[in-house]
Amino acid sequence: MIELTINGDTHSVDVEPEMPLLWVLRDELGFTGTKYGCGIAQCGACTVHIDGMAVRSCQRPVGDLAGADIKTIEGLGNPETMHAVQAAWTEQQVAQCGYCQSGQVMQAAALLSQYPQPTDEQIDAVMSGNLCRCGTYPRIRAAIHAASAKLQEG
Amino acid sequence: MSKLGTITRRTFLIGSAAIAGGIAFGVYKVKQTPDNPLSDDLAEGAATFNPWVLIDSEKVTLIVPHADKGQGVASSQAALLAEELDLEWGGFETSFGKPSVAYWNTAMAEEGVPFMSTDESTTAETMRGVMSGAMKLMGLQGTGGSSSMPDSFNKLRQAGATARETLKLAAANKTGVAVTDLNTENGRVVLPDGTTINYTELAADAANLAPVQDVSLREPGEWKLIGKPMPRLDMPGKATGTLSYGIDLEIDNMLHATIKVNPRQGGTINSFDATSAEAMPGVKQVVEITNGVAVIATNTWYAIQAANAIEFDWGDAPYPAEQEDHWKEIESSFTAERLDKEWRNDGDINIAVADNRIFSAEYRSPYVAHQPLEPLNAIVKVTDSEVEVWTGHQMPRLLQQQVAAITGHEAEQVVFHNQYMGGSFGHRLEFEHVKQAAEIANQMRGTPIKMTYSREEDFAHDFPRHIAAARGQGVVKDGQVHGIDLSIASVSPVNSQMGRAGLSVPGPDAQISAGAWNNPYNFEHYRMRAYRTPELAPVSSWRAVGANGAGFFFDSFLDELIHEAGADPMQERIRLMEHDVSRKVLEAVAEMSSWGSESAANTGKGVAFVESFGVPTAAVVEVENTDNGIRITNVWLAADVGTVIDPVNFENLVQGGVVWGLGHAMNCEITYADGKAQQSNYHAHEGMRIYQCPNIEVKGLENGHKVRGIGEPPVPVTAPALANAIYAATGQRIRELPLNKHIDFV
Repeated sequence: MIELTINGDTHSVDVEPEMPLLWVLRDELGFTGTKYGCGIAQCGACTVHIDGMAVRSCQRPVGDLAGADIKTIEGLGNPETMHAVQAAWTEQQVAQCGYCQSGQVMQAAALLSQYPQPTDEQIDAVMSGNLCRCGTYPRIRAAIHAASAKLQEG
Repeated sequence: MSKLGTITRRTFLIGSAAIAGGIAFGVYKVKQTPDNPLSDDLAEGAATFNPWVLIDSEKVTLIVPHADKGQGVASSQAALLAEELDLEWGGFETSFGKPSVAYWNTAMAEEGVPFMSTDESTTAETMRGVMSGAMKLMGLQGTGGSSSMPDSFNKLRQAGATARETLKLAAANKTGVAVTDLNTENGRVVLPDGTTINYTELAADAANLAPVQDVSLREPGEWKLIGKPMPRLDMPGKATGTLSYGIDLEIDNMLHATIKVNPRQGGTINSFDATSAEAMPGVKQVVEITNGVAVIATNTWYAIQAANAIEFDWGDAPYPAEQEDHWKEIESSFTAERLDKEWRNDGDINIAVADNRIFSAEYRSPYVAHQPLEPLNAIVKVTDSEVEVWTGHQMPRLLQQQVAAITGHEAEQVVFHNQYMGGSFGHRLEFEHVKQAAEIANQMRGTPIKMTYSREEDFAHDFPRHIAAARGQGVVKDGQVHGIDLSIASVSPVNSQMGRAGLSVPGPDAQISAGAWNNPYNFEHYRMRAYRTPELAPVSSWRAVGANGAGFFFDSFLDELIHEAGADPMQERIRLMEHDVSRKVLEAVAEMSSWGSESAANTGKGVAFVESFGVPTAAVVEVENTDNGIRITNVWLAADVGTVIDPVNFENLVQGGVVWGLGHAMNCEITYADGKAQQSNYHAHEGMRIYQCPNIEVKGLENGHKVRGIGEPPVPVTAPALANAIYAATGQRIRELPLNKHIDFV
């Protein structure tokens, strides 16, 4: 059994330690907000926070994560109590198909903790690992600036 | 009856003149109103007035049968209903509904009619009506061809108005107040004294009334929702990861599965050895399916790991193994025998060519994959009495038939639960993945199976956009474009795709040269011929279909001729444009982009115009030639859809279409070696990333009088506008996609 701390709660899973965190979240524990897109860290749809850093969960064997603080999109906020990034995503009407957006939101939340008032260049640099096939990039930029402004207001 | 039988035996008549014979016998059947599927299991006290509105004592449910693959049609369909029904935005639930003839698509066949969209002659309109009737006879419920809004715009408002008037009648009966003295707002009937009755309180009474059919629709000036920004209903769920896609669903006692099928598409399996795979962790079973095997496991990752451990001996591909031979087949298709149709022969191109210096050029457009981010998946549960399917799909009734053919059930026994899709771009018009899931579940009756493709399997089995090539000859005279003779050769995307759906398609395929044959320019001499190459690798509809290649060919060649003539690319297009609505989109992008003003050093602007699914679309792309390659700095795009349903969603879809079109034009192609697609994941078929994304300014015009969709139309114009801009900035003319085969991008 492997013990994991996810969104503040402890979960025990009985899987091979090589299994990527992504598949533990999705198929073992039902955290399906984290998406499978490519499996090789090319799309960013599986982005979660581990100890506050945005990481690709498809690349992190679960056996290495005992004691780590894992946060998924479900832990960031929910429709009733949204994180500032999620609220900005909704207000700016970012999503089309939305399948990449859990990863985009998690990456953006990490970006804003590193750069509270990011420039377009910083946004482009940090967000370029997150692929959006629908092409919502103009709205992603706008939503990140809007979330930044909201967080600055406190 | 025999001729009707011919149609219902599923001869899909798109593009065929043969349909004309079908009209007479079909009239009676075409006029019949299909049954309302909501009546089948209507609860006591619940009311339905038509196939789109269901009200009970608890809530209002709007049926939004057009599949939502990200374009937001769940919300747009609901808005059309709510506009006339006077519902508070969001004060209702939506459901994709169940497959039904009642949801036949009234608009999807229009693009297949061999008349230009600008042709509104009696003959053209009659043929459109006939095609629409054929769709109804087939009960073809489908989402595609940017047809959701054209199909829904009148009928859903009508459905909303019918429901509203029936509810008012129920309220009149209940209160004794005359219907004419009643109003409606926010899901309530309002009495003259200001008291209100919720629709939900009227449902039981309304259920006993015959729906009021004689209703008139509101004038645009009275609209409260249409034309205004509406918060999309799916947005909070997508921002918080709480909206479930097909891939996220869990059914009790479900097992996970993945497949390995011959990567030489359509090739057979000679033998395989799954000994080591069967012993791997989590693996339950390995079963054979058509041309491959499936691994069933307790977790998708276990299934994928085990599938990768199986050794296969695959059969050959039923098409040339090497890409080079695909091109040879295309290039050898410009022959009289392979002429699919001479679409245009205006003026006399022979005279024009004889009198003048001829300018010639050749172009190519590659195979390109769809690859929406949600990998193909489906959950299927088979029991002796029924089959349940959970997945996102654009053709629900055909899906039922395809699944039933595998499990031996009747199509009506296939219960289909449509889902929000993580993109499609044409990918979820296909059936192979659903059939594979059905094959697995049929061998595991009673156990729900969630089958998920690995990304690599998805790439290997993508039916890509068709390859195509063009040869142009043109003449310029007195500083103007004088004549164009353009020939395009490709396989038929419609024939390949419909063939897999079990539909035969007689007649020429308009998609081989869509974007070229149907442009509304008035050239003195214009000949446009399409040639059909026999099928090579299987191909499919890829967002905007034929106009991607053919629009690139046509507009690039026109741009070259304009430069040959020494004319201004914008002014010459405007001069040549015969169609007022189309000229206005060109004039709009000229103004938006400040066309003609001085350009900064190392920059260049290119303009293009392509009509797609009846939408005249023009774009100007601006690029900068930097030390690190081409950077796309700005895009201005104008399109005329008649009526913009939601300006925010419109802008988002157009911006997305621009990113989609430019990204694939920059760096995407599928090539075959040893019969297999060489690109296996996004590193090799990347599209655009955010750092490459230009500013994109969008304008929706409303001069056309037909309502059009916007999902596909922004795409085809982007590749030629980009190539034209690169020429303007660098002097380098690129005649082949993807452009990065010839120039670097930042």
